[in-house]
Order: sequence, then structure tokens, then C-alpha cells
Amino acid sequence: MSVEKREARQPWILLFPALSAVTLLLFVPLLFILVYSFWLRTATGADVAGFHLDNWQEALSDPFYRDILISTLRIAAITTVACALMGYPSAYFIARSQGNKAVLLLLLMLPFWISYIIRTMSWINILGVSGAINSVLLALGIITEPIQMLYNEVTVILGLVHFLLPFMILNIFVSLDGIDTNLEDAANSLGATRWQAFLQVTLPLSLPGLAAGGLLCFVLGAGTYITPLVLGGPRDAMFANLVFEAIITQLNWPLGSALSLMLLAVLGALVMIYNRYLGMAQLMKGLG
Amino acid sequence: MEGRFNMGWTLIRGWAVLVYIFMFLPVAVVVLLSFNASQFGNFPMTGFSFRWFVELAGNEAILRAFRTSIILGLLTALISTTLGVLASLALVRYRVPGANAISTLLIAPILVPEVVLAVALLLFLNFLGVNKSFGLLLAGHVIFTLPFVILVVQARLVSIKRDVEEAAMSLGASPVQTFFQITLPLMMPAVLAGGLFAFTISFDDITGTLFWKPGGVETVPTQIFAMLRNSISPEINALGTVMIVMTVGLPLLGAAIARAMARKSGT
Repeated sequence: MSVEKREARQPWILLFPALSAVTLLLFVPLLFILVYSFWLRTATGADVAGFHLDNWQEALSDPFYRDILISTLRIAAITTVACALMGYPSAYFIARSQGNKAVLLLLLMLPFWISYIIRTMSWINILGVSGAINSVLLALGIITEPIQMLYNEVTVILGLVHFLLPFMILNIFVSLDGIDTNLEDAANSLGATRWQAFLQVTLPLSLPGLAAGGLLCFVLGAGTYITPLVLGGPRDAMFANLVFEAIITQLNWPLGSALSLMLLAVLGALVMIYNRYLGMAQLMKGLG
Repeated sequence: MEGRFNMGWTLIRGWAVLVYIFMFLPVAVVVLLSFNASQFGNFPMTGFSFRWFVELAGNEAILRAFRTSIILGLLTALISTTLGVLASLALVRYRVPGANAISTLLIAPILVPEVVLAVALLLFLNFLGVNKSFGLLLAGHVIFTLPFVILVVQARLVSIKRDVEEAAMSLGASPVQTFFQITLPLMMPAVLAGGLFAFTISFDDITGTLFWKPGGVETVPTQIFAMLRNSISPEINALGTVMIVMTVGLPLLGAAIARAMARKSGT
């Protein structure tokens, strides 16, 4: 074999294990649940192979699923907007700070490393009946009975924001940090106020980071089922909870496949639109 | 620069401080309450005590969960880093036709919602006759951590110059010798960072793990989740504190080691 030929084969040998893993453990399984979603689960628990539209009909026409899908998207949207509003000024502060940027960024990234389940449950210590807020209010005599603050949609959103905010800040920071501050100074020297310079120069240049952070927050937020289980009430189920119920509790795997694919279609469409207009490179910058 | 001290900047700084407090307060309260002497996992603090840590150390279920999580995390890190480093080498070092498409394929596991990935893998492997097992758990963790490893390793690999390797080869080293004596040591910080990342993600994962784990097997996060079902006990706060120390301390330590190694090797 010639040297060139060997040289050309080498990268494929190196790529082979990772590509086979992704193919066998992700793409083939996804195709499999697509097929599986047309099967039927009978009352006895056996699967009937074939091409039955029942699961899809149920998933697409039952108002129960539709309502939860809509409320899931609403919760994810509110979470994303809250993360943007809280995250943008913070990222701006870190990017333009005179102090030690690395330390400020590291501090904000620390929660990234702290366990998701711990961070989620930590809000029970704050908002619970005998949590920090109720204890303080009781001790001050402002209230006589503890207030029930937990287990509703607001606490679900709070938990999600706490979980996803670092993703948003990191992405905005990456794009803000790449902007030449001379541009803003130039705008100022040409007569723009600081606020105008920000609105017309810095903000538009940082939009790719904001979009990348927004996509991550939305997709990760819309795909969660743990936060609603820990911080939500019985009526705050999100779409991923339905998937979990169908697969783990009811053991109706064909229906669970259809529901999973519905979630994938909705969130996948968002990723595609993002990729079409902004490309994956920005997202990778924030993750890597 | 004088503009920095105007009111706008003060507002931004104040806002950022509030965001920092928002991020850290709940975590700080977990640590605080884990030293609470009271037998309820909440306020008021009745005294300072290590009793919950002592009780934690004697809790067989939690120790088992720790063992499971650590073994799972180490194996995940080993496999995922091996696959990830090989793929990254191919993508950074060679001109591969369709490199962009391949990159997208390789990071697909984080573009697909984790619940969907969990369902697809569970159902497919079950169809092949693989039941919920440690093996399934490992397969899931590997596929889910692989994109992160590839992103981290690729980012660092780019900065390693090929000149050193070419120099070694021109001085008579074989490709294998060059890899093990030149490339690998230079890559070590990237490899360690990737492995650490994989371990931490695996150690923290709950979304997929709840789908894949066999009955009776718990990892630390699923154990905490199961304990939350009852009520929040001081033991959970103590466990949370241990987790915080582990997940924050380990990466910091890892980063320090990687930096020290990078400095020693002169990159």
C-alpha cells in the first residue's frame, strides 16, 4: 500500500470507534423507536409489530398531551427569557470588568460543577415550610403561619433558571469578550451616548452568543423531567414527565416512543432553524 | 474609562452581585444546614454538629451508591476519553473529507434531548436482549459524555504544534515512538481534562440514569432523588455537601494539575 493511501486511511481508523458508538447507540436506536412507535402494546404486555397509527393518533390528538406540550414550551420560553435578562448584565459585567475576569468567570462556573439534583433540591431549604424565608419571616413576626411557596410552576421555573443560567452567561460572555472595545469608543467619539453605542454596536455583535445561550436554555429546559418532579406540584408535569410515565410507570413503550419522537421533532426543529441561520460553530465555542 | 464609573456601570455591577447571590445562596444553605444539630433537615439551626456526616459514613445504601457512581464514572471516563481522543486526533490532525458533517454527527448526542436519547437506547438495547443493567448504564453514559470530551479535547489539541512531532520523526523516531513519547505527553492535559469532564458529567447524571439503571442499583444522584421522596433529611444536606466538595474540588484540582503539567512541558 502506498504511503498516501495509508495516510488517507489513518483518520478513518481513528474515527471508527467513536462513529460506530454514535451510530449504534444513538442513530440506530432513534430509527428503532421510530419503527417501534407504530407497534402496539397489548393489555397482556406483548408488542404487536406492524404499522398501526394508534399511538400517533393518541399522542397528536389527545388534548391532554397537547396542553402539556404547550405548557412545556411556555415554561421553557419563560425560563429562557429570565436567563437572558439575568445573564446578559452579568456576562457584560464579567467581560468588561477591570478585575480578574478569570476568577469572576470561574466563580460563576462553579455551580456548573455542582450536582444538578443538589442544586434543585437546595431550593426546598430556601422556600420550604420550614425553609430560610419562612423562618426569617416567622422570627420577625411578619407572618404567623408559614407560607406555602413550593410545588408550583413558579418554583419549577426558578429551579430551571438556577440550573441553566450558567449556560446563558458563558455563551454571552464568549461573544462579548470577542468584541473589540474600541468599537464602542469609536461610536462614542462619533457622538453616540454610551447607551446608544451599546444598543447599536455591542448588543448586535453579541446576539450570536445570546442566541446560542438561548437555544441551550430552551432545549435543556424543555427536555427536563427531574425539576418538575422535585419542585413542581402534581399538576406541573412537563412533556418529558409524560415520556417517563409512559416508559417507566405504564410500560407502554410504543406510546413512549411516539411521545419521545414528538419532543425530538419540536426541539429538533428549533436546533435546525438555529443551525440554518447561525450555524453550530457559535454553540461549540460556548461549550468547548 | 471614566464612563465605567457612571450610574449604568454601578447598576450592572449591582445586578451581577445579585445574580451571584442567587446562584450561591441555595448551595451555601445546603452546606450550612448539613452542620445543623437538629434532627430535621431544615431551619432553625439548633447547634453545630458533624453527626450527619458520621451517619452518612455509616449508611450502607449511600456508600453503595457512591461505589456505583465512582466505578461508573471511571469506566465512562476511560472509554469516552479513548474514543474521544482518537476521533479528535483524526479531526484536528488530518484533512478528512466531510469533517464538518462528521463533527456534527459526533456531537449529535448533546443535540438530542437526553430523555429521547435515554428512551431510544433503552428500548433498542432491550430489543436486542440487553436488559436494564450496569452495561446499559455504561453505554448510555459513554454516548452522552462523548461529545463533551470531543469538544474539550479538540479545543486543546488545536494548540499543539506539529513541528515537534515532525522534528522527532526526522530524527529517526517511528510514528509509534513519536506518538507515545512526543504527542501523548503533549496531549496529556487535554486527555485529563476530557476524562475529568466525562467523569463529572457521568457522576452527576440523573436524567438518563433513571431510565437505564436496574432495580436496586442506585447512583448518588438517584439515591438523593429517592431520599427526597420521603422528606428532606439532614443527611441529604450532608450528602449534598460531600458532593459539592467532590464536584467542585476535583475539577479545580484537575485544572491545577493540568496547568502544572502544561507549564512543565513548556506549552
